[in-house]
Amino acid sequence: MSVTIEDVRRVARLARLSFTDEEEKVLVNELATILEYMEQLSEVSLVGEMDSPEPEEPQPALRPDETELPISREDALKNAPVTSGEYFEVPKVIQ
Amino acid sequence: MMNRTFETDREKVLDGVLSVESILEYFLQRIASENGRINAFIDVDTGAREAARRVDVSLAEGTDLPLAGMIVGVKDVLAREGKPLSCASNMLAGFTSVFTATAVERLEAQGAVVIGRTNCDEFAMGSSNENSIHGPARNPHDTDRVCGGSSGGSAAAVAAGLCHVALGSDTGGSVRQPAAFCGTIGLKPTYGRISRSGLVAFASSLDCVGPIANTVGDVAAAMQFMAGHDPKDATSSVNEVPNYRGGLPDPGTLRVGIPNEYFADDLPTSILRAVEQSKGRLKEAGVEFDEVSLPNTPLGVSTYYILACAEASSNLARYDGVRYGSRSSVSQTDEANGIADFYARNRTAGFGEEVKRRLMLGTYVLSAGYYDKYYARAQAARRLIKNDFDKVFESVDVLLTPVTPTTAYPIGTRKDRVLETYQEDIFTVTANLAGIPAISVPIGTDDEGLPVGVQLLSHHFNERSLLALAGELLSESNKR
Repeated sequence: MSVTIEDVRRVARLARLSFTDEEEKVLVNELATILEYMEQLSEVSLVGEMDSPEPEEPQPALRPDETELPISREDALKNAPVTSGEYFEVPKVIQ
Repeated sequence: MMNRTFETDREKVLDGVLSVESILEYFLQRIASENGRINAFIDVDTGAREAARRVDVSLAEGTDLPLAGMIVGVKDVLAREGKPLSCASNMLAGFTSVFTATAVERLEAQGAVVIGRTNCDEFAMGSSNENSIHGPARNPHDTDRVCGGSSGGSAAAVAAGLCHVALGSDTGGSVRQPAAFCGTIGLKPTYGRISRSGLVAFASSLDCVGPIANTVGDVAAAMQFMAGHDPKDATSSVNEVPNYRGGLPDPGTLRVGIPNEYFADDLPTSILRAVEQSKGRLKEAGVEFDEVSLPNTPLGVSTYYILACAEASSNLARYDGVRYGSRSSVSQTDEANGIADFYARNRTAGFGEEVKRRLMLGTYVLSAGYYDKYYARAQAARRLIKNDFDKVFESVDVLLTPVTPTTAYPIGTRKDRVLETYQEDIFTVTANLAGIPAISVPIGTDDEGLPVGVQLLSHHFNERSLLALAGELLSESNKR
């Protein structure tokens, strides 16, 4: 299993993360080492398991569909880094 | 020094000999004198004295409060309304919870008082408590060594006698491993036994809240009131909560299996000795032993890290620096190159190294072209591991294994050994993958005086047998 710099950049974009050149090099090695170890799952026969239907799990207990007061607008805004009146504020991101 | 136990203090509270406030004061003083050394607590709760006084008043009024006198430390991944919650991450610096986790709320409703937040690995990712913006919590038995993780502060706090009980969370061993490193008891309950509402999500199909304490009775007392269905968590079980505090099965009626896959050739003798010693104690109590096999155990670490990281990559997507989370100063001043770039700046600045590594791994295994190779196969392997346990529990009630392949190691010595560190979770991750309960029980020390633990595992919802055997292992007659 070889991991390339391009792989790391592609995955970083998907994960909404960015790395320095140095960090990318470290990640290439670390991911390669870990993924190579995980290759062990390719070596066992999971055929029956992968095709079989999902096992029966306990049914989740559903609560009645009743309207409840959610957290207040004030609480919802309380932890936002930047707000403007009743809104979350973000810098202009649409060109 | 003997640590105070809730069981003993509770009697004194009920007899009117001790006030809850005086117990709290004792622990506040312990924290003041000891926490500088071990860094187990991130903060002391400013409302704790008031809460203790309220419990004393309620008791005086005749209110029945079964947990009156219990002083609890809470891992910094459990929400408490109006209180800071950081997950030991820069991402949540300055965050204040707007509701309280069900597990905590239920303890407080019965008279327990929260004394403060305990240190942990960032977003519960780690097994040494070294990945914390608050600095590492240290092992009370040797402060140059790790206390384990991710609930390291919780285990260290209990071991050092800074609170009766501490709450942790266990996604792959994060309650049991630090409990073993620090010489305390740590219980990971059955998946769904305790509500996850208010527990910051890491890997939702694996996460469990669990108690850490110095006695089985204290673990049971906390379990008794935290367990049970919660409408706020659809995965919390509707099964009736049995009595954990009494009427436990007679150890002599239980059959215990020793799974040979948990005993690699290179296990240190101190750990093998602890298992042998435990076996001896249980045999004396009439427990019968069988050798059993869980053949898919070697797949555990791969399966766990694929699934846990995949779930984390989804769960932690919410930290984008808009609704909450930190916003990078660059994002504020400099126009971002599109929304994705804006998120990336905030996330890159907010998350620490281990969290980013796991988000990368989780994103990788879910990405186009790799999903079937990793995620789908890990789901199938998870089923094999669960089937192994189901089969074995047809013939035995409980399994006895090591908790960890080593005792507590020196701080800073695992930094560049990422895969090896993951592999050390081999004995604990399987219980999370199968959703079964498991408990870590302290059994003596190694040649360097460091605690050694053993693990007991059982089938779903059979915490009672674990508590019965843990109680037998730690009974007065078995103490040296």
